[in-house]
Amino acid sequence: MKDSTAVRMDRVTKRFGSVVANDAVSMNIHYGEILSILGENGSGKTTLMNMLAGIYYPDEGDIYVNGRQVTITSPHDAYELGIGMIHQHYKLVDVFTAAENIILGLDSDKITYSLDEVNKKVEEICRQYGFDIDPKAKVYEMSVAQKQTLEIVKILYRGADILILDEPTAVLTPQETEKLFDILRAMRSDGKAIVLITHKLNEVLELSDRVTILRKGKYITTIPTPVATEQILTEAMVGEKVTLDIDRPMPENTVKRLSVKNLTVYSEDGIKALDDVSFDAYGGEILGIAGISGCGQKELLEAIAGLQVTDKNTSIIYYDKDGSEKQLIGVSPREIRNYGVHLSFVPEDRLGMGLVASLGMTENMMLKDYDKGASPFLNKSDSAKLAEDVKKELDIATPSLETPVRRLSGGNVQKVLVGREIAAEPTILMTAYAVRGLDINKSYTIYNLLTEQKMKGVAVIYVGEDLDVLLALADRIMVLCSGHENGILDARTVTKEEVGRRMTNLTEEK
Amino acid sequence: MTLTSLVAWIAAAITFGTVIMYGSVGEILTEKSGNLNLGVPGIMYLGAIGSLAGCFFYENGNPAPNPWISACIAVVCALTAALLGGLLYSFMTVTLRANQNVTGLTLTIFGGGVANFFGGSLVKLSGGVGQISVAAASSAIRTRIPFLSDHFGIVSDLLFSYGFFTYLAVVIALAANYFLTRTRYGLNLRAVGENPATADAAGISVTKYKYLATCTGAMIEGLGGMYFVMDYIKGTWDSGGALEALGWLAVALVIFTSWKPKNAVWGAYLFGFCYWIYLYIPSGISAVLAKFFGAANVTHMQNLYRMIPYLVTIIVLIIVSKKKRKENQNPASLGISYFREER
Repeated sequence: MKDSTAVRMDRVTKRFGSVVANDAVSMNIHYGEILSILGENGSGKTTLMNMLAGIYYPDEGDIYVNGRQVTITSPHDAYELGIGMIHQHYKLVDVFTAAENIILGLDSDKITYSLDEVNKKVEEICRQYGFDIDPKAKVYEMSVAQKQTLEIVKILYRGADILILDEPTAVLTPQETEKLFDILRAMRSDGKAIVLITHKLNEVLELSDRVTILRKGKYITTIPTPVATEQILTEAMVGEKVTLDIDRPMPENTVKRLSVKNLTVYSEDGIKALDDVSFDAYGGEILGIAGISGCGQKELLEAIAGLQVTDKNTSIIYYDKDGSEKQLIGVSPREIRNYGVHLSFVPEDRLGMGLVASLGMTENMMLKDYDKGASPFLNKSDSAKLAEDVKKELDIATPSLETPVRRLSGGNVQKVLVGREIAAEPTILMTAYAVRGLDINKSYTIYNLLTEQKMKGVAVIYVGEDLDVLLALADRIMVLCSGHENGILDARTVTKEEVGRRMTNLTEEK
Repeated sequence: MTLTSLVAWIAAAITFGTVIMYGSVGEILTEKSGNLNLGVPGIMYLGAIGSLAGCFFYENGNPAPNPWISACIAVVCALTAALLGGLLYSFMTVTLRANQNVTGLTLTIFGGGVANFFGGSLVKLSGGVGQISVAAASSAIRTRIPFLSDHFGIVSDLLFSYGFFTYLAVVIALAANYFLTRTRYGLNLRAVGENPATADAAGISVTKYKYLATCTGAMIEGLGGMYFVMDYIKGTWDSGGALEALGWLAVALVIFTSWKPKNAVWGAYLFGFCYWIYLYIPSGISAVLAKFFGAANVTHMQNLYRMIPYLVTIIVLIIVSKKKRKENQNPASLGISYFREER
């Protein structure tokens, strides 16, 4: 019989540049147990587990598997140690059959392979744990849940005893989730060590034996599930409130600018990315949107900007300055923009959306009003003047207006992006992750810009990741939880725990 | 149309098809690794000039050259020259992650330029256009299968009247097919071309597979170039760009086969058949067609016939894309350089 400790991580640290993703984290994983790793976005859950799976290599600290100190430099090493990880993005080849995917990359002395043998072994694994998978089916014919099952079978086929699942239920229906949990329980009774990366409290409480909590890259605590309550977990997860010194004047003369009703959006996989979301936005206030990443924030903003196909019951009414009401559904993104609804979205790679990296500031300013003017030739002087204004006003550090924006620092790139939208004098300004990757001082510049807009009577919708910022910047906070609106709260009075709880747990009264 | 001319047509189609079969099978291997190498014509040129130059210097400096040694020199030089082309392409696109289309097209221009520069010089050295400069190697490579090639009348003419590299092409095509569909390494290679991130996570070295597939593919293409010089034009040099045209046909054939080497066997012969249609189509039919299209004379029709291989490719492309079977599409990550995800 094996010792029950499968993995011991000792003071493991991982840095990406100046960002510390994991700071001296120590934890244990046991056989015959389901361990949840709980934490907010960016708390370092996935990074920590990626070091076990051989995707990343720790900068400091030691990892022991089955009592032996090990060096895991590749996914291959991880397999050899019996560790398998199921990532959020499945690693499968579409045109291969299930069986071909399963044996991919496996060592063997034989040059050829017999799919019959593989199929037999796969069916055996399926029988043992109650999987339902056809080894001869092609991956592109499979549903999301089937692909996930295939990933699990693939790992078991390789003889893994330690399974790590990264947010496995994010793409599953409730029925599929139940089925997955049954399988995980069966594997637990079979003595396997199972790690579940999640931010859903109900899953933690329902399934796991112990829960380890990370916050901002640091290990916080490990609690046996029987003594854990939602309250304890939420508090450990979001931590103490940090007071930020953001100037937040009371909203004045608020006017209704936007009324969203029954907004429903389906993702590519046919799952509801947004489910019946309704809210109003007012000029002169900042509406914060809180939620775990991928809970529909992007779809929400894009739906308003006209970039998403919405369900037929959805209605988005825009109240113009002249008092007229305009339905935004079915209107082209350009027209919506011309109404004064502006979106600045800062994606993970920062430059992917909204700016052309190899163009200078002037040309990037031009991207959004190239259709102005009657002549077929470009009129650069207006854009150059605009760029000059934005540069001066926001104090953007660039050698010249023609310098490609990719050569600017992250903060300056974001100022260009937000500044361009502000310069267009919007009535509704939507921004997502505007301070992504910025240090605290530069972030304040952006916060102040947004507050300035609010005081000018603009309806600002701010999607952010940091709860402390949302609580200090916004006037009202709408919480999204798995595509549902889970409460619209007064940002001045609500507690951080309350927002955190609503982010992770759908309240029943909805 | 007489039986003799039909047999001659088929024979011409097979020799022609062999050149592009080499090019095409090599390119299928390359593309299965996700590398879209548009340098096929260039690499075939490199193989062609490599073999010609190697043999030329051996045979010219030797009063009684041994044909078999000369043939071996031809093969080795062709493989080496083509390998260098493949290495250059791999280094540019895999290691330096240069744009695959640009690199490939540049390689085609480079290979053609180098080959025609030295080819022209060799023609001069050997005394002018049309002079057979490497007779020994060419005759060895065109050796027919004894007995079978002259005892069975029309069967011999149809099936056994070719040099042995004609048959090697078929063997290589079928071997490549077996490799891709039946072996672990073939499976791994296909995974690299379809989804390199998945292959990487499964512990397959994406870089190694891309290099090996591209270089092996280039060497097969190089053999096509050698076959062109030694068998197709019988040991001379052609500076008219015929080989480049064949190289592009090989690339078209890759699409035609839907990336399956076994289809390259009959596909290549079919392309050859279509290519020569302009010489063998009965003049009566041409006259009718000329009238129909309003062409001034029958020779104008010949130019139209030359489009047929390309038309066939376009038709196949349309049919394949209508069917939308994923197995018949190009490898999913074809043309895309692979970066391992970093944060």
